[in-house]
Order: sequence, then structure tokens, then C-alpha cells
Amino acid sequence: MHIPEGYLSPSTCLTLTGAMLPVWYRASAKARAGIDAARVPFLAMGAVFSFLIMMFNIPIPDGTTAHAAGGVLLAIVLGPWAAVIAVSVALLIQALLFGDGGVLSFGANALNLAFIMPFTGYYTYRLAAGHAPAGSARRLFAAGLGGYVGLNVAALAAAVQFGLQPLLFTAADGTPLYCPYGLEVTIPAMLLPHLTLAGFAEAAVTALALKYVLKTSPEMLAAGQPGR
Amino acid sequence: MLKRYWLIFLIMALLTPLGLLAEGTAWGEWGPEDLAAMLGFVPKGIDQASSWWQALLPDYSVKGVGEKAGYVISALAGSALVYLAAMAYMKAIARSK
Repeated sequence: MHIPEGYLSPSTCLTLTGAMLPVWYRASAKARAGIDAARVPFLAMGAVFSFLIMMFNIPIPDGTTAHAAGGVLLAIVLGPWAAVIAVSVALLIQALLFGDGGVLSFGANALNLAFIMPFTGYYTYRLAAGHAPAGSARRLFAAGLGGYVGLNVAALAAAVQFGLQPLLFTAADGTPLYCPYGLEVTIPAMLLPHLTLAGFAEAAVTALALKYVLKTSPEMLAAGQPGR
Repeated sequence: MLKRYWLIFLIMALLTPLGLLAEGTAWGEWGPEDLAAMLGFVPKGIDQASSWWQALLPDYSVKGVGEKAGYVISALAGSALVYLAAMAYMKAIARSK
């Protein structure tokens, strides 16, 4: 769901980047105040994990592809604010070096994948896990559910951003200037593959990777993270 | 402890060509040529914006090598850059304390 260059109007890109600025500011302030220097490499490795997992495209029967993004796993392990930074860095390199997602639409993509996804997924996880003990089946299920919900809410956000374009921006002759499809097309087109396939991939990645981290190196979970 | 994770990342990077088995493009990520074929025209904003930024390794491809090798090289180079960029950003905000 990396929105490419030109699919959103410059004003949309500016608005969504503007919405992301206080998020980046808060994430950076949190990291500055609260992160132990020894934990900084964990955050950077989380960014690498997110970058790599997004390369595993899943075939969708309608001929398109989708992928997991790892943002909810990072939120559970590192905390949601650290996940904002980690996923943003992965998205920035994807846009600049690989043309995956536009440079102007970086703020929009960060809003969806580096903010909406980790936060909705993280709070879904917390709600579903309740006070279940660390490493319990319920907690791992909650992590998977968080991954599923987080990815789908992010896909919905991208769909709304895409789908508003032809309503707001058309040329004098009525042809769309940016994304040509309206909400009635973009929402089902984005949600169906994520609800049916990619969401389950995200759920499996989130639960299995969390299980592995808890088993091999529970100290990787940030202090204060539930389920440590 | 971290060594174990780097080994996992290396294995992931070597396995990324599995992600190429999925044919087609993600929804909404078509290039101008695809849009022209689908719609019969390219929306003006997309046409104008699509080429101002020239990515060094567009779509995780490397000139002169095959698709799979290019994808693996992209995975390795991208991982290194993502790691270094994240470390640099965290160091920069720590210094601005």
C-alpha cells in the first residue's frame, strides 16, 4: 500500500505530511527522553525487519499483490512510538532508493504504515491480551489480531486517501488528475486483499516473531511493554 | 544475541525472491504505462509526477543483473541503509538533548 508519486495531489501530500509532523516530533521526543543507548540498535534492527518483510509480495487472485509490513510487531516489542521511527526510516529508504512509494507521498505512507498501523494494532493487542501472562496463547493470539487489524486499518486509510482524489481534483474536461478511482472502487480494492490474505500473513508474522523474541531474547522487549 | 537476528535477516534477504513469485503490481501502484493500458489515458498529475524522482534501484532492480539477483542485492543494500539511517537518526536526536 505504498502510495506512488502523483496518485495524491500535492495539497493532499502536504496535508498528510503536516498531520505526520507532530507524530514524528512526539516519537523523537519520546525516544530522546526514554530510550537507553543500548536499545538503539534494536530499533534500527526493527526498521530492517520491516523493510525486509515488505519485500515478500503475496499474490492476490485479482492479479495484484500485497504484503505484510511488520509495524505492529515493532510496536509490541519496541513500543508504538519507537515503531513510528523504525517504520518511517524503512519507508524513507524505500521511497528514495527504490521508488517504492513516492517521495512527495512519503508523509502519507508514513501516516498509514508508520503511525495508524502500529498504534491501532498495538491497542488492539493490549485490549485483546488483557492481563494474560507473557508468552501465553491468548497474548500471542492478541498479537496476531493486532497485526491483522493494524494492516487493515492502514489499508483503509490509504484507500480513503486514494478515493478522495477524483472527488476533489479533476481537470477542466472532468478527467481525474491524480488517482482516477473513487471510494466505491478504492475501498473494496484495498480492503479485500488485506482482509482475506495479507492481514493473515501480518497476523502470522506478528505472533510467530513475537513468540520467537520472547523465547530467545525477552530482554528485547522495551521496559514497560506488556507481555514482557 | 544480536548475531542470531542478523542471521535471520540474512536468510530473509536471501529468500526475498519468493516475493517475486507474486505476479502483477500492488493495487494503486501502477506505473503510467499500466494506467494508459487500463484507462486509455494517464491522469495528468500522475504523468507529471511519476518521473521527477529517479530512484537508483527502481522497483528493487539492479541494472545488469537478473531480476532475482537484483532483488537480493536490493534487500541487502536496503537493509544496510535502513540500519545506518535509523542509527544515524537516533544518534542525531540523542545529541540534540
